[in-house]
Amino acid sequence: MKHLIFAGILVVIVAAALIVGLDYVQLFPSPASTQAEPIDSMFNLEFKIIAFLFALIIVLMLYSIIFFRRKKGDTSDAKHIEGNTKLEVFWTLIPLATVLFLAYLGGQSLAETLRQDPRPVRIEAIGQQWSWRFQYPESGVISNELVMPIDKQAEIELRSSDVIHSFWVPEFRVKQDALPGGEKFARNILITPTREGEYSVLCAELCGELHSYMVAPVRVVSQDAYLDWLSEKSGVPNDPVVRGELWAERFGCTSCHSVDGVKIVGPTWQGIYESERLLTDGTSVIADLEYLKESIIDPNVKIVDGFPQGVMPPNFGQELTVDQIADIIEYIKTLK
Amino acid sequence: MTENDKVSLWSTGFFRGLFGFVIGFLIGVFLVTTVRLILGLEPWNPDTFGFTEGAWVLGAIFGVVGFVLASGVVDDWLKWINGEQTPEHPQDQHSSGWARYFSASYDHKVIGIQYGVTAWVVLGVAGLFAMIFRTELLAPEMQFLQFNTYNTIMSLHGIVMIGGMLLGVAAMSNYLVPLMIGANDMAFPRLNAFAYWINVPAIIVLLSSLLLGGFDTGWTGYPPLSARAPLGMQMFFWGVFFIGVSSILGGLNVIVTTVRMRTKGMNYFRMPIFVWTAFATAIISLTATQLIGLAFQMVSFERLFGMSFFNPAGGGDPILFQHLFWFYSHPAVYVFVLTGLGVISELLPVFSRKPLFGYRWVALSSLGIALVGFLVWAHHMFTSGMAAYLRVPFMYSTLLVAVPTGIKFFSWVGTLWEGKLSFETPMLFVLGAISIFLLGGLSGPPNGVVSTDLYLQDTYWIVGHFHATMFGGFLFPFIAAIYYWFPKITGRMYNEKLGKLHFFLMLPAFYVQSLGQMQVGLLGMRRRIADYDPTLGIQNSQILVTIAGFVIFTALIIAVSNWVYSAVKGPKAVANPWRSRSPEFQLASPIPVHNYDEQVEVVGEPYDYGLEGSAYVNIDKERYCPTELSEDLSAAPAAAD
Repeated sequence: MKHLIFAGILVVIVAAALIVGLDYVQLFPSPASTQAEPIDSMFNLEFKIIAFLFALIIVLMLYSIIFFRRKKGDTSDAKHIEGNTKLEVFWTLIPLATVLFLAYLGGQSLAETLRQDPRPVRIEAIGQQWSWRFQYPESGVISNELVMPIDKQAEIELRSSDVIHSFWVPEFRVKQDALPGGEKFARNILITPTREGEYSVLCAELCGELHSYMVAPVRVVSQDAYLDWLSEKSGVPNDPVVRGELWAERFGCTSCHSVDGVKIVGPTWQGIYESERLLTDGTSVIADLEYLKESIIDPNVKIVDGFPQGVMPPNFGQELTVDQIADIIEYIKTLK
Repeated sequence: MTENDKVSLWSTGFFRGLFGFVIGFLIGVFLVTTVRLILGLEPWNPDTFGFTEGAWVLGAIFGVVGFVLASGVVDDWLKWINGEQTPEHPQDQHSSGWARYFSASYDHKVIGIQYGVTAWVVLGVAGLFAMIFRTELLAPEMQFLQFNTYNTIMSLHGIVMIGGMLLGVAAMSNYLVPLMIGANDMAFPRLNAFAYWINVPAIIVLLSSLLLGGFDTGWTGYPPLSARAPLGMQMFFWGVFFIGVSSILGGLNVIVTTVRMRTKGMNYFRMPIFVWTAFATAIISLTATQLIGLAFQMVSFERLFGMSFFNPAGGGDPILFQHLFWFYSHPAVYVFVLTGLGVISELLPVFSRKPLFGYRWVALSSLGIALVGFLVWAHHMFTSGMAAYLRVPFMYSTLLVAVPTGIKFFSWVGTLWEGKLSFETPMLFVLGAISIFLLGGLSGPPNGVVSTDLYLQDTYWIVGHFHATMFGGFLFPFIAAIYYWFPKITGRMYNEKLGKLHFFLMLPAFYVQSLGQMQVGLLGMRRRIADYDPTLGIQNSQILVTIAGFVIFTALIIAVSNWVYSAVKGPKAVANPWRSRSPEFQLASPIPVHNYDEQVEVVGEPYDYGLEGSAYVNIDKERYCPTELSEDLSAAPAAAD
């Protein structure tokens, strides 16, 4: 019995030393995403449990090796102890409860990494033997460098052009394979960077000859710097009004709608925001945001008196993104 | 004049088999090439070393068949097909000497030795591969290997080690199970011989991948990469396929033997614990191996016939491969370690002079691990793009495996506690095994928890985890088993000082290797890379890991030399140097050809050390007293001091 007490004390001391020691070593690169928080918490807990269990078994083994040696010349056997059912039940149930609890916490931490913000920045990451390409669909930017705004969640859609690759930035912690096969096999990964700086995306699934070098630079910058970068790379302005003017020209709106009062094919946009419009069916409406939106997406529902039906293309709802429509409306609002 | 003087090389099964391999290969190549000619297809392909890929594949398959036929191992079956009788207990073609081991024998002890020696040759080859690519990893940038060579050697290191481990498991099971249950051979001796011999041509096919363009996928062979890899990929697929056939048949044999051939009085809970683990292992081998054969066959057919199982462009799904592959390959790791854990449980009581603590719990925990092991496979796929919610049940099942495994650890401590420990080489390796398997096992839960696995997957932490579990669960126990049963197998004793040197070199080196691998993985080093980022600051760790690897390799050379030398020139051993209660130790050393002359009866519990006057088997009474000590103390280290 005294052996057990003595050994037990040693277990506690060694476990405590290991656990405290763990806090003094940096085992991981510094975290740089919100997703890293629940993951690093789990690691912390896991390593403490590992330290305790390692100490428990090793200390008891070393203790036995030191104190329970066979003495020279002693050919007799040791005590005939076959087992202890209570002990067996104990060391079945306690580990069972522990692993179930650990799994539960693990599930919670996983859920936290999957928490989706309402309007994440959308980026596509396409892997191919042996490079990464990053696409920003809303601005049409294509880049070999992944630039991300700090403190904003990015939803990165992963795809591959050939074999299975995997997207991993160690400081962000999370990882996800990039699969070939188009949309059906596209997978998303959510990353909210929390530290400005330079990192690397490493391909983390063996993909052939140059797998070691399939690495791309990552830059986390301020939100303003991000928008500036986007507009610089795309040639698309930062300002929604300026953008709206660009779309209106690029998508042909201004071929039919003037901005200076002249009648071309459709009504002029000058001064229409919040003005009263007389329709062909005799009713009147205020040209508010809803009206402007409907007029772009579903142009034949309300026709202004004096203008023809069925001329404006009815499919701008598919051709323009929600953001582009919003930009156009912002532009229209400024036309007085 | 000994028999050796009269034996010609060409009369041995091995060399005849090689000849048969060449013939079979040529027939296979000829068949495909001719059919292609007739069909108007291009019969040659300069990109695949002259013959077309299909020709090489059929050549390899027929080569395996040709080897087996020419080796003589299926002669009895062929005679039965022909309506002829064969003797019930056939004499080996060569009754002694090296030729006996190079030919087909139906004696499970000979087969066990064949498996064991082949295992060490294969492990040595795989170890050499590791030494080569670890040397490349000493410094950043590429020093002497081409990328494709690196990938091939690294991939072969993995699969050849796996082959070696399967051979080692079969060595232990086939040698020990009949002896431990009081039987005179396995249930199916001819099947046993066949299951051994098919490994030889299979390994030749596997290693031929080196000369046929290699392959760059790692041992996991994921498509689409494996569907477009060089020709060597096919040699990998079919080599593994036939190694798998061996595993399945071996498992069948162990199960039937255990169920049907236990001697009088040996109910299941009176079997030596090793038999429980061999049995649990055999259940896995018998039922899971088919899945890797299937998965590899499907990729092989994708390549050969344009099928699209895993190719999205043809409507297939690359994740399906991973499910099929890991459904075997996870239970496979329990095939590697369960037998080793059985060795630990078997040896601890002997060197502690105390019963195995909680024998029934330990026995059932092996079945528990085998069962739960079938339910966890997708933990290798947490980042694969599999159904996201499905990862959670697999996390639960994966963590659950820790429970039966923990029961073993606690039992081991319970056996040691208040025992009378002695530290001969087998015991040293068993104790080392426990500590290393502990390290490996404890590095598992962070992988089993999905969120932390998102970080760890495909890093060197995983490499550290599985090397520790494999060394602790298989290699160290396999080494312990060889030292322990060496006197019974060879009739001679190994050199104890060299044994201890082996241990004290290998254990610290392995800790350095393990901890080094885990450390660089956590710092951000990926696995399977030929070159690493110098700014990671891990070069010193890389150097340490490589040096550790070299020390381990050296220690093993010392061990193998010790075994080979002692088997021929070592001092004669006594029957029971360890004073074990197990049935095989009550026989003479080396063990007589037909094992037990008269039926053995079980009259007590296997591990009743400390119970005055108790015996396990009824041949105890005549031989279980240590008056047979020879003058030479090295022959009986545990008993004489």
